[in-house]
Amino acid sequence: MSESEKILSVNNIEVIYDHVILVLRGISLEVPRGKIVAILGANGAGKTTTLKAISNLLRAERGDVTKGNIVFEDEEIQDSTPSALVRKGCIQVMEGRHCFEHLTVEENLMTGAYTRRDGSSKIKEHLELVYDYFPRLRERRSSLAGYTSGGEQQMCAIGRALMSRPKMILLDEPSMGLAPQLVEEIFGIVKQLNENEGVSFLLAEQNTNIALRFANYGYILESGRVVMDGEAGMLSENEDVKEFYLGVGGEGRRSFRDVKHYKRRKRWLT
Amino acid sequence: MELLHSIFIGPFADMFSDLSFLIQVLWEGFVQGTLYALIALGFVLIFKASGVFNFAQGIMVVFAVLALVGLYEAGVPAWLALILTIGIMGLLAIGIERVVLRPLVNQHDAILLMATIGLARFLSGAGQFIFGGENKAMITEELGLPTGSSEAEIFGGVVFFEHLDIAAVIIAGLLVAALAVFFSKTRIGRALRAVADDHQAALSVGISLNQIWAIVWFAAGIVALVTGIMWGARSDVSFALEIIALKALAVLIIGGFTSIPGAIIAGIIVGLVEKLFEIYWGSLLGGGVEAWFAYIVALIFLLFRPQGLFGEKIIERV
Ligand SMILES: Nc1ncnc2c1ncn2[C@@H]1O[C@H](COP(=O)(O)OP(=O)(O)O)[C@@H](O)[C@H]1O
Ligand SMILES: [Mg+2]
Repeated sequence: MSESEKILSVNNIEVIYDHVILVLRGISLEVPRGKIVAILGANGAGKTTTLKAISNLLRAERGDVTKGNIVFEDEEIQDSTPSALVRKGCIQVMEGRHCFEHLTVEENLMTGAYTRRDGSSKIKEHLELVYDYFPRLRERRSSLAGYTSGGEQQMCAIGRALMSRPKMILLDEPSMGLAPQLVEEIFGIVKQLNENEGVSFLLAEQNTNIALRFANYGYILESGRVVMDGEAGMLSENEDVKEFYLGVGGEGRRSFRDVKHYKRRKRWLT
Repeated sequence: MELLHSIFIGPFADMFSDLSFLIQVLWEGFVQGTLYALIALGFVLIFKASGVFNFAQGIMVVFAVLALVGLYEAGVPAWLALILTIGIMGLLAIGIERVVLRPLVNQHDAILLMATIGLARFLSGAGQFIFGGENKAMITEELGLPTGSSEAEIFGGVVFFEHLDIAAVIIAGLLVAALAVFFSKTRIGRALRAVADDHQAALSVGISLNQIWAIVWFAAGIVALVTGIMWGARSDVSFALEIIALKALAVLIIGGFTSIPGAIIAGIIVGLVEKLFEIYWGSLLGGGVEAWFAYIVALIFLLFRPQGLFGEKIIERV
C-alpha cells in the first residue's frame, strides 16, 4: 500500500502498563483510507490497549508505548495527546460507551464538537446530520443519557464522536451487551457512515461473526500479538478461525479447553 | 421540668413573643449562610471537576482579599486593585494546575489532598510575607459597596437591614446565577460537566483536562474573592477567616460534596440554624454555640445520611 492510501499504520508497537506489565508484544497493522478494519480476539488479547495506544488515551491509564511507532495521516502520533489527535481527525469510542450520564443526549453530542472551531451554525447543521443517521437520538435528545437504553447509549457515543468530524473512528466493542437485532442496526449505521461520509473505522470486537460480515479486513490478536490477518472473506472461510472464533468448526463447537490447547500450539509455533 | 421547659418551650415562646426580633435573627443567619454557601460552592466546583478535596479553599478566600487590600494600600486605585486581584487568582489557578495537579495526575487521592494542604500552607505563608499578617480594614466604600442601613417595621417592631448585607445577598445570588448559566449554556461549561461526569470519556472527545482544571480553579478563585470581600466588609480582613471557612466542611457534609444546589441550601441552613440556636438556646449551652453547632449537625448527617442532602444521584438502570 502506498502512503496516501493508508490512513493509519501501527508499526511493531510494544505497550507496557505501570512500567512493568508488558501487554502488546510488537503489533503491526494498517487501515486503508475509507475502509473498515477489525481487530478480533478473546477478552484480554490486547484489543482495547491497541486502540488506546493509537488514540493516546493510554497514558491516562499509566500505559506507555515503549517501542515502535504509529502513523496517522503521514505523521507520527505516539507522543501526541488525545485532544490533538481528535483535532487531526482520529477519535475513539470507548468500550462500554461512556456517555456523560448527567448530560442530555444532545449535550453529549455537543461535547463531541468541543475541539471544533468552525462556528456554531456548521455545528448545528452537523448535529442534524447525526440525528438523520440516528433518528432515535433525535427522539431522546433532551433525556439524560444515563436514563437511555444500552443501544441508545452506544448510538450516543458514536454520534458524539461523529460531531468531531472525524476521518477515522476507533470503535471499541460496539456490540457489547446489546441484543443481536440492535447490534445489526448499529453495524448497519457504521457501514453507512463508512460509505456515505467516508469515515474509516478500526473496530475491536469479540463478536467475530458480525465484525467479519461488515469489515473489509481483519487482524486476530492473541496475548498481545497478531496471530493471523487477512481479507474478511478469507478469514471467515479459514478453518482455524471458523473453529476457534466463529464456533462452527467441522466437529461442532469446541470447548474452551481446546481453545487453550490451540493457544499452546500457537505458542510453540511462534 | 424546669430544664425541659427551657429547652422545648421557653425558646419558642421567646420567638413568638417578639416576631420582629425573630425576623432580625433569621435575616442575620441568612446572610451568614449565604457566605458559607459561597465557600462551599468553591469546594464543590473543584471537587466535581477534579475529584480533589481542596483543603486550600479557605485560605484562598483570605489570600484573595489580602491581595486586594494589599494592592490598595500600596497605592493602586480600588477598581484597578480588583481587576489585578482577579488576574492574580487567574495566575494562581494556572500555577496550581501546572505545578501541583499536572505532575500528580493519576496519583492517589490522599496525595492530592496532601498537596492541597501544602498549597494552603504556601498561600498562608506567601500572603503574610507579601501583604503582612496584621488585620486590615476592608475597602468597602472604595469598592462602591453600600454602607448605611435601613429599618423596616415588621410585626410591630423594627428590623434593621444593613445595606452591605443586602448587597452581599444580591451579589452572591448573581454570582450563582452567572455560574449556572455558564455551566448549562456554554461550550466550556458543558465540558466542565462532562469532565465531572466521566473524565476518561471527556479526554476521548478531545477535552483537555489541564485546561478545564485551570478554568475551574480560576472560577473557585473568583468565588473566593467575592466571599472574601463580603466577609471582610462584615468583620475585617484577617487570617481568622480561614477558621470560619472550615465551616464549609460541615456545609459540604450536609449538602453533599458534588452538589452545587446542595452547597447553597446547606450553607443557608447552617447559617440560619446556628444563629437561631445561638440566640434562643445559647444561654443554656453556655454561649458560643455558633463556633461548633454546624459540626454537630454535620456529624449527625455523617451517621445517618452520609451522601448529604443532595449527594449526586447515581443513575442506575435495571
Ligand atoms: N490499565 C491497565 N493496567 C494493567 N494491565 C492492564 C490495564 N489494562 C489492561 N491491562 C491488561 O492488558 C491485557 C489486555 O487488555 P485489553 O487491551 O483490555 O484486552 P481486550 O480489549 O482485548 O479485552 C489484559 O491482560 C489486561 O489485564
Ligand atoms: Mg477490550
